[in-house]
Amino acid sequence: MEFFVNIDWPEILRATRDTLLMLGGAMVLTVVFGVPLGVLLYLSGKGRLAANPVLNGVLSLVVNILRSVPFIILLIVMLPVTVLLVGTSLGVAGAIPPLVVGAAPFYARLVETALREVDKGVVEATQAMGGSTFQIVTRALLPEAMPGIIAGATVTAIALVSYTAMAGVVGAGGLGDLAIRFGYQRFQTDVMVVTVVLLLVLVQILQMIGDRLVARVSHR
Amino acid sequence: MIRLEGVTKRYRSAAGVRVALDAVDLSVARGQVFGVVGRSGAGKSTLIRTINRLETPDAGKVFVGDQEITAMKPAELRAARRRIGMIFQHFNLLNAKTIAENVAFPLQLEGRPAAEIERRTAELLDQLGLAEHAKKHPAQLSGGQKQRVGIARALACGPDVLLCDEATSALDPETTDEILGLLDGLNRDLGLTIVLITHQMEVVRRVCDRVAVLKDGRLVEEGATADVFLHPKSPVTRAMLAEGEGGETHDASVVPAGGRLARLTFRGGSTYAPELSRVARTTGVDYSILSGRISRIRGEPYGQMVVAFTGGDADAAVAQLTGRGVVVEAL
Repeated sequence: MEFFVNIDWPEILRATRDTLLMLGGAMVLTVVFGVPLGVLLYLSGKGRLAANPVLNGVLSLVVNILRSVPFIILLIVMLPVTVLLVGTSLGVAGAIPPLVVGAAPFYARLVETALREVDKGVVEATQAMGGSTFQIVTRALLPEAMPGIIAGATVTAIALVSYTAMAGVVGAGGLGDLAIRFGYQRFQTDVMVVTVVLLLVLVQILQMIGDRLVARVSHR
Repeated sequence: MIRLEGVTKRYRSAAGVRVALDAVDLSVARGQVFGVVGRSGAGKSTLIRTINRLETPDAGKVFVGDQEITAMKPAELRAARRRIGMIFQHFNLLNAKTIAENVAFPLQLEGRPAAEIERRTAELLDQLGLAEHAKKHPAQLSGGQKQRVGIARALACGPDVLLCDEATSALDPETTDEILGLLDGLNRDLGLTIVLITHQMEVVRRVCDRVAVLKDGRLVEEGATADVFLHPKSPVTRAMLAEGEGGETHDASVVPAGGRLARLTFRGGSTYAPELSRVARTTGVDYSILSGRISRIRGEPYGQMVVAFTGGDADAAVAQLTGRGVVVEAL
C-alpha cells in the first residue's frame, strides 16, 4: 500500500478546523462555568469563608455524578438537551454542550484544588485588611491560585482534545471522526497516522502554551 | 484603647469541647505596647484574633477605641478592621503581587483613588527602606525584608492599633532585633498602640510596657513588664523566665556557714551605682555573688542577683539596701 494515497488534504484541513473550533468553544465555556463552580466548591467547603455543608454536598454530588459518567455515554444522554440548547446535535455546535458538561465539573475540581493550595494566611491577612468575601476571592485567592488554575486549564484542554475525538461518534466531525471513519472503519492507515500525528501536535502545543503561562504567573 | 470583657472561646471537635479562652478581661491603654505570652496552645493566637474578630468569641465583649467590635455588622467590621493593622509569623504576603502591590493592596481594597494609593505606597516603601525592592516579588526577599513589607502593608490605611501575631518567631535573633527596633520606633513616633503575642520572653523584655501571661485560656498574671519579670508571681511565668535565662544557677551548698542568701533587685539608676560595696563598707558584711544579670527591660536598666552575706551586721545591710530602693528577698 502506498502511503498518503488516501489522504484528502482539504478534508484533513476541514477536520482540523472543526477540532480547533470545538476545542476553543468548549474550553471558553468550560472556564466560564468551571471557575465559578470551583470557587463555590471551595468557599462552601468545611472551615472556609462561606462554609455551607448542604450546598457543598449538593454541588459535590452533581460534580461527581457528571464526572463518573463515561463521556461516550454522556454524549448520547445529552442528545435531547443539546438539540434544545443549540438546535442541532450535529457538527461543531452540537458537540459543544456535551463537551462542556463533561469538562466543566472536571475543571471545577482542579480549580477547587488550586484554591485549597493557597495559604490560609493570605485569606486571613486579606480579611484583616477589611476585604469582603468577594474581594478576597477576586483580589487574593484567584490571583494567588493562578498557576494552578492555568495548569488545570491545560490538563482540561488536553482532555477535551480526546473528548472531541469521541464526539465524532455522534456526528461532530473533526480529526477524531476522520480517524474513526476512514482510518479505522476503512482501514486507511495513512489517514489514521496523519490524524493521530495532528492530534499529538495539538496536545504538544497546548502543553507548551500552558507551561509557559504557568511560568509567567508563578512567583514562588 | 482596647478592652476585652469576659471573652470566652470554645472549640468543638470530635474529641469534645476545648476552651481556648476562659473569661479573659484585658485592657490596653492608648500608645502602649502590650505583650501576651504563654506556651503554645495557651490561647494567645485566639486572643489576638478576637481583637479584629478573625475569631468571634462565644461570650464576652471586645472594644477597640469606643466601638464594640463584637456587636458590629459585617460592613462595619470591615471598616473597623482597616483601623487595625495586623502582621503575622509567616508574613502572609501575596506571592503573585510585587512588593509595591502588596503594600498598595489594603488601599485598593478600601477603594482609595489611584493617585493617592501611588503616593502613599511610595511613602511607606521609603519609610521602611523597601524602595529598591518595590518591583520584586516576596519570594526574592529575606524573612526580615518580608516582615518589613508586612509592616508597611499593615500601616497603609493609617491604623490606630497594630496586632503582631508571633511576628518575630520565624526570624533569626539579629533580624528579630531589627524588627523589634522598628516596632518600638513606630510606637514612639506614631503613638501606635501595639498588641503582640509571643512565646519569646526576650521580645517582651525588649519592647513591651505591659505583659499578660496566659495559661490554658486563663489570664494568670498581668502587670508592668519590669514588675512581672523581676517579681513573677505565677509558676508559669517563673518557668518561662527561667528557660529564657538558663535559670538561676546558684548552688546553695556554696553558702558559707552562718551566711544569708538573698535575691537583690536593682532598678533604674541604682543599677549602675556601687550600692553593694558602700553597704559592705559601712556594715562590715562580706558578700559573694552567686548568680546575676544586669540588663534592660523596655530600656530601663535593672540588675538582679543572688548574693550570700557573711559576717558583719547583715540586718543593717539589708535595711540600708532597702532604704536605697533595692528590693531584697531572703531565700
